[in-house]
Amino acid sequence: MSDALSTELGPTGGGGPPRGDAKERSGSLWADARRELSRNPVFIISSLLVLVVTSWAVFPFLWTDAGSDGGRCVLLNNNAGPSSEHIFGTTTQGCDMYAHVINGARPSIIIAVVVTLVTTVIGATVGIVAGFYGGWLDTTLSRITDIFLGLPFILGALVFLALLGSQNIWTVSIVLIALSWPPITRIMRGSVIQVKALDYVEAARALGASNLSVIFRHILPNSIAPVIVLATLYLGGFVSAEATLTFLGVGLQIPEISWGITIAQGQDLAVAGYPHLLIFPCAALILTVLAFILMGDALRDALDPRGR
Amino acid sequence: MSTTDESHRHATATAATGVDTVSLDGRRGTARDAALDSIGFDPTAPLLQVDDLQVEFRTRDGVAKAINGVSFSVDEGETLGILGESGCGKSVTAQAIMGILDTPPAYVTGGRVVLRGVDLLTLPEETRRRVRASKVAMIFQDALSSLNPVFTVGYQLGELFRQHRGYSKQDAKKEAVGLLELVGIPAAADRVDDYPHQFSGGMRQRVMIAMSLALDPDVLIADEPTTALDVTVQAQIMKLLADLQAERNMGLILITHDMGVVADVADKICVMYAGRIVERADVHSTYKSPAHPYTQALLRSIPRVDLKGQELDSIEGLPPNLTQLPGGCSFHPRCTYARDRCREDEPPLYDVDGERQSACHFYAEVLGQ
Repeated sequence: MSDALSTELGPTGGGGPPRGDAKERSGSLWADARRELSRNPVFIISSLLVLVVTSWAVFPFLWTDAGSDGGRCVLLNNNAGPSSEHIFGTTTQGCDMYAHVINGARPSIIIAVVVTLVTTVIGATVGIVAGFYGGWLDTTLSRITDIFLGLPFILGALVFLALLGSQNIWTVSIVLIALSWPPITRIMRGSVIQVKALDYVEAARALGASNLSVIFRHILPNSIAPVIVLATLYLGGFVSAEATLTFLGVGLQIPEISWGITIAQGQDLAVAGYPHLLIFPCAALILTVLAFILMGDALRDALDPRGR
Repeated sequence: MSTTDESHRHATATAATGVDTVSLDGRRGTARDAALDSIGFDPTAPLLQVDDLQVEFRTRDGVAKAINGVSFSVDEGETLGILGESGCGKSVTAQAIMGILDTPPAYVTGGRVVLRGVDLLTLPEETRRRVRASKVAMIFQDALSSLNPVFTVGYQLGELFRQHRGYSKQDAKKEAVGLLELVGIPAAADRVDDYPHQFSGGMRQRVMIAMSLALDPDVLIADEPTTALDVTVQAQIMKLLADLQAERNMGLILITHDMGVVADVADKICVMYAGRIVERADVHSTYKSPAHPYTQALLRSIPRVDLKGQELDSIEGLPPNLTQLPGGCSFHPRCTYARDRCREDEPPLYDVDGERQSACHFYAEVLGQ
């Protein structure tokens, strides 16, 4: 990816400024990143994929005329392989697998995106505050983080979801958020402490920068990269986490349709001669995760001018 | 960002600070930060006086007295060289003046830093922040790591004007180009949108100098500004600093361990050892006949062409651990003049000839050599 980029931009290293585009440069981090991204083929492809997957979730009727109940199911025609009528075959209940994959995107994507965004914001904020201010604030926040980090994921989710009583997209999201922000905090805190000690932060202070300006101009842009990487990995992880919780019976409940439920249902029968029950929902999941990871990777590269 | 939006923001900023920030030539004087005027700086008072400054580091191993009663003053257009080995308190002095010590572990426990009649140490943090860059600015040793890698140099320069003076984006950028020209960056208008890593070491230090001079400070502290550069570039940067200082009539505090750099540009010299000033003098008399054994040893350890082939003198041993300073004169374990009195009796700054002071009981003997 970086090879493709550098050939496109021409040799810019060695101190020579790229004269050609000097006029269009705006000098702001995000504006430069945006231009960088608009030229990056990996970012374009991955964002198109994300767009497609998101449209499954938001406008499933564009892709299939079956409603969110999965359309008409014919039990006699269950576990059928792909055919011209059902291109992805049918499920164990004899429903159209294609309609299931499209309609299953909504809860999976909502959970993954919401949990990733909220987790990143909470984790990064706590990490910045702890790392930047240090002292007793850091000690307190770090110990709270450690307590949450100590909770075993499956057991914690089981207990929390049982306590909450109801199991839908939002309760599952809350439980996933509660259990997954600590690693982001840990990484952000370490990254902030490392950046805080660098000379340009001290130089910025010597030039009269306020705490907020130091945090947002100097520390955040220089310490966010590992968090972006972890967040994109998380995104895929949350789709599987939802599937795991569903499989254990504390996640989303049938008749709701989600990739997690479909994969959980297909697991036993896939090895018993019906691989399409696993292949199609898994392919959708893998495609989604891959698209988000590539997008995050491109984003991280674009936010680092040294890599251009 | 549309043009109307910009001009609106600019108008609001101007109204808020109550000063006209449009004119480029208004940089010196008229476009002052209004908050600074209320501090009560007295333009007739001496520029910068550091008086009996005390800084200690409270560590697990005990309290380290990093600065122990340091006093000096700098006037307009004057260059003060602060000399000493690593770890003798030069940089801590600079950070204490700037107010950027990391607390904890560092605490200013006494003394005054008086700028134009105002003791900076008594100002609230928010006011002190505004004094930085506008009144007292600082240049750091390593210019690459002192510039934020994710922003263009033009953005970083312009931000000073936007934050401290409420300039619009376009005006701030114009100022940035002007400053880059001032510090001798070729094709400044093109390079203003380059990132720090696209500049060479010497050019980066020029950018740092531009940043520190952006708000037209009265005092500039340069903490080893040329240490990370090669020798030819060192000379250029020192010349640039000297020219800019003369042009703006700034006070310059030059912190270095390089006796050669100081000799060229400094008017007076303070030699520091273990958190104290051990010799204070004008630059010529120090070089001709040092009045403290430590200064003498430092001068002897400069490589000289005429002594090629002979072994270079060095100072035996290391600077003392600041948590366990030796009794008496802190230099006595490494001093060739040391005798019993030095181990018990801490020397004050003796007046040598009215102009120079030396913290050595036997300065007459040192001078006589």
